[in-house]
Amino acid sequence: MEHRYIGKPLLRLEDRALLTGTAQFIDDIKLPGLLEAAFVRSPHPHALIRAVDFSPALALPGVHAVFGYDDLRRVLTSDMIPTDKTGGDRFPATTWPVVVPKDETCFAGEPIAIVVAESRYIAEDAVSLVEIDYEPLPAASDCRQAAAADAPKAHRAAPGNVVTEFSTAYGDVDSAFVAAEHVFSVALKQHRGGAHSIEGRGIVASYNGASGEFTVWSATQAPHKMRNGLMELFGLDEDGVRIIVPDVGGAFGGKNVVYPEDAIVTAAARLLGQPVKWVEDRREHFLAAIQERDQYWDLEIATDGEGRIAGIRGKIIHDQGAYTMLGLHTSHNCSIGIPGPYVVPHYRIDVAVVETNKVGAIPVRGAGYPEANFAMERMLDAVARGLKLDRAVLRQRNLIPAEQMPYEHPMKTREGTPTIYDSGDFPRCQAQALAGADYETFNERRVRAREQGRYLGIGIANMMKVTGRGPFESATVRVGRSGRITAFTGAMAMGQGTGTTLAQICAEHLGVSPEDVTVVTGDTSVTLHGLGGYGSRQTVTAGNSMDQAAREVREKAIKVAAHSLEVAEQDLELADGEVRVRGSDVAMPLSAIAKALSGAKGYSLPKDVTPWLQANVNFRPPDVTYANGCHVVEAEVDIGTGGVKILRYVIVNDSGKLINPLLAEGQIHGGTAHGIGNALFEWMGYDENAQPVVTNFAEYLLPTATEVPRFEVTHLEHESTLNPLGLRGIGEAGTVPAAAAVISAVENALESFGVQICEAPISPKRLVELILQAKQAH
Amino acid sequence: MTDRRRIALTVNGLQRDGEVEGRLLLADFLRHHLGLTGTHLGCEHGVCGACTVLVDGQATRSCLMLAVQANGRSITTVEGLAPDGEASHPLQAAFHERHGLQCGFCTPGFLMTLVEFLEENPEPDEAAVREALSGNLCRCTGYQGIVDAALQASASLRETSGQ
Repeated sequence: MEHRYIGKPLLRLEDRALLTGTAQFIDDIKLPGLLEAAFVRSPHPHALIRAVDFSPALALPGVHAVFGYDDLRRVLTSDMIPTDKTGGDRFPATTWPVVVPKDETCFAGEPIAIVVAESRYIAEDAVSLVEIDYEPLPAASDCRQAAAADAPKAHRAAPGNVVTEFSTAYGDVDSAFVAAEHVFSVALKQHRGGAHSIEGRGIVASYNGASGEFTVWSATQAPHKMRNGLMELFGLDEDGVRIIVPDVGGAFGGKNVVYPEDAIVTAAARLLGQPVKWVEDRREHFLAAIQERDQYWDLEIATDGEGRIAGIRGKIIHDQGAYTMLGLHTSHNCSIGIPGPYVVPHYRIDVAVVETNKVGAIPVRGAGYPEANFAMERMLDAVARGLKLDRAVLRQRNLIPAEQMPYEHPMKTREGTPTIYDSGDFPRCQAQALAGADYETFNERRVRAREQGRYLGIGIANMMKVTGRGPFESATVRVGRSGRITAFTGAMAMGQGTGTTLAQICAEHLGVSPEDVTVVTGDTSVTLHGLGGYGSRQTVTAGNSMDQAAREVREKAIKVAAHSLEVAEQDLELADGEVRVRGSDVAMPLSAIAKALSGAKGYSLPKDVTPWLQANVNFRPPDVTYANGCHVVEAEVDIGTGGVKILRYVIVNDSGKLINPLLAEGQIHGGTAHGIGNALFEWMGYDENAQPVVTNFAEYLLPTATEVPRFEVTHLEHESTLNPLGLRGIGEAGTVPAAAAVISAVENALESFGVQICEAPISPKRLVELILQAKQAH
Repeated sequence: MTDRRRIALTVNGLQRDGEVEGRLLLADFLRHHLGLTGTHLGCEHGVCGACTVLVDGQATRSCLMLAVQANGRSITTVEGLAPDGEASHPLQAAFHERHGLQCGFCTPGFLMTLVEFLEENPEPDEAAVREALSGNLCRCTGYQGIVDAALQASASLRETSGQ
């Protein structure tokens, strides 16, 4: 069927407010009597809190309150932040995040108390007047050392720093290694920094003393998670906390949990009976917003004489930080994400999750898959080097052939169900990317450049990312009495163009334009349940819910019109906001149908329709679905300075059917730029005592317009068989293979020196070091 | 801290005045005293460029300038780009048409940076645009839509001024 809107690169409906400065972000919320908060944060990575004295701060004019543990605890049902403890029954109790530490702070930047004042300026003045008597304790910093039995403990009461150890395995890997012709080892140091949306976190909490209910504005990715967390902390039901999410200035994983600050600001509003606002500044984002951080990988790969993979085994040590804020999502994804689009018959990865005195580590865009991809692609480059094979040929040899799709992978998903790649053509994807990047003629370019003293390299990475995770997402399509169409969803818009995408799907079925559909995200009072934005899931889940809900509304409108107009349903069509008899001007506007269905006098309704012209659908995907892609990068390395310049960046991505190819391409661009940051720039540093040494954008480098190249993107659209629209996710697809592809290109450029790169990010300084070391070794 | 001064300045063509603390940032004055919340703060240390406004026509970080320093100056913010309040400035139109924004938080800073740049460089190439934008951070777009929008806007501005 030819679509009018689905699949079309429509311009966004969100843009006007954002371009004219009239959008409303969290710091733009105004309420009568609104007070502003600042936090007293621990300067120590690990310390006992012996005594607090708020009196000098309270004496400052304009200060309304300073609250610490004892004050806040009076209105909270627990010391702990409600968090997903799935599978965590064998974890030490000390690992779960606290609202405010009672007597022991476990990372530098941890909130100890909140100051509420007339303005943020005064609140910050007062923060410096709060006196806290700390007794510093030894800190766990490097996760490798922290794993040792005699290492300083991140929490005094913990049995040790190893939160848990687990293995992801299938087949008989050790036998496969014994039988294999070749074995190659790779040891990797991987690091991903923070989320760093340009808007930080933020919250405005207000408490209605008469009703005992909260209204909370929050810059969050997951409004229902926020609602659920706060209602639990205050002993309320779903009706007791309403979360409203204004425009969100990016998130990328950094706004996907209930943070201590959320609980504390809400408690302060409750204690004061006055609304309180806190907006994170960048330094606070460095100190106290989640990061993905450090991992150390020891891997072996076994192959036959032609480089066909026989097995992979190895170990990961993962820096979890001081608290387990979102289960084992990152580390588990690392352990299952390695094989991706390749055939790997035997497999075992052992993971040690280790606490350190740093802020909790949870997924940033990509969620462990970029690290897994980096590991796999680094191993493949090592195999190619060892067996003197072309890297593309080696990969082609190991990719799952198209004729084996759908492919049941021996890996189990996070839920323990079989991993099934339902669609895609991985060899074609790589072949197309190589052709697009003129891979065949690269050597000529390299030789010409070398004649000018320049070092060029080319890198390849194939990726696979789990997307579209359920268990459901909600959508309600409603035609109001005015005839206006509103679509409500638990999916969360935070810049992706979710409003436009969902409006396109809705309009497709209702005979209107997308601009006639108002999409409402981020309000728990109108959408009771939802999961929100993470894991490249929303278009897959909410999109299919919206598709079915709009179809149901259409059917209902036609049924009612057929009844009223006394014509057969098949003679009716929906167009221009009315249901009309084909080929005539007899019509019934949607507004009249909506009125009839909401109880207008004088209309009779067919017996078998429910009231209201609306439908609610919570599409439950039968399984996750996967995005795949291939990135080919051509880069130049300045061997004197270590500077890397990306010359070409070719992407072939397959996220199934695209609702809006323009916005899909934007997701790939942004995601890939994030991965380039992880390859070359972004480093969240701590010293050996776990003190952060990177706290601003001069020390932490985000990629800018001069480092990010022009992307050449092609989409394949192998439709998923697991949902009616054929969608596979896209939000993280660009991020996953970017660091692997970029660093493969850099290593390739330095091939003549014998440089091997086993870390990300890699700085110019480090590259020069590696070049010098390699020169000395030869 | 109680040091307060009267200031008078022009903002988006209108005469505005206020009594402010000496330490008040220009960004906070615009946002919270004048209600012009289109100017955003992304880092408050002068790197991200989200808070960029025009001060006497020059792109300036309003997080690195005090409100009192703006006394007697003329400020243009994103709200002043198009007189009708619609997104009708060629840059705004181009950002929309070339998908030059996603979350939109950094966008006002990019727009104001480009206003000055395109006035001084009416016919830039891509490399010059990228260089001009290298002081503004965007985490969503990977910059390509922004660069394309800037190039498109420069063409339409040339067309307009040529007529």
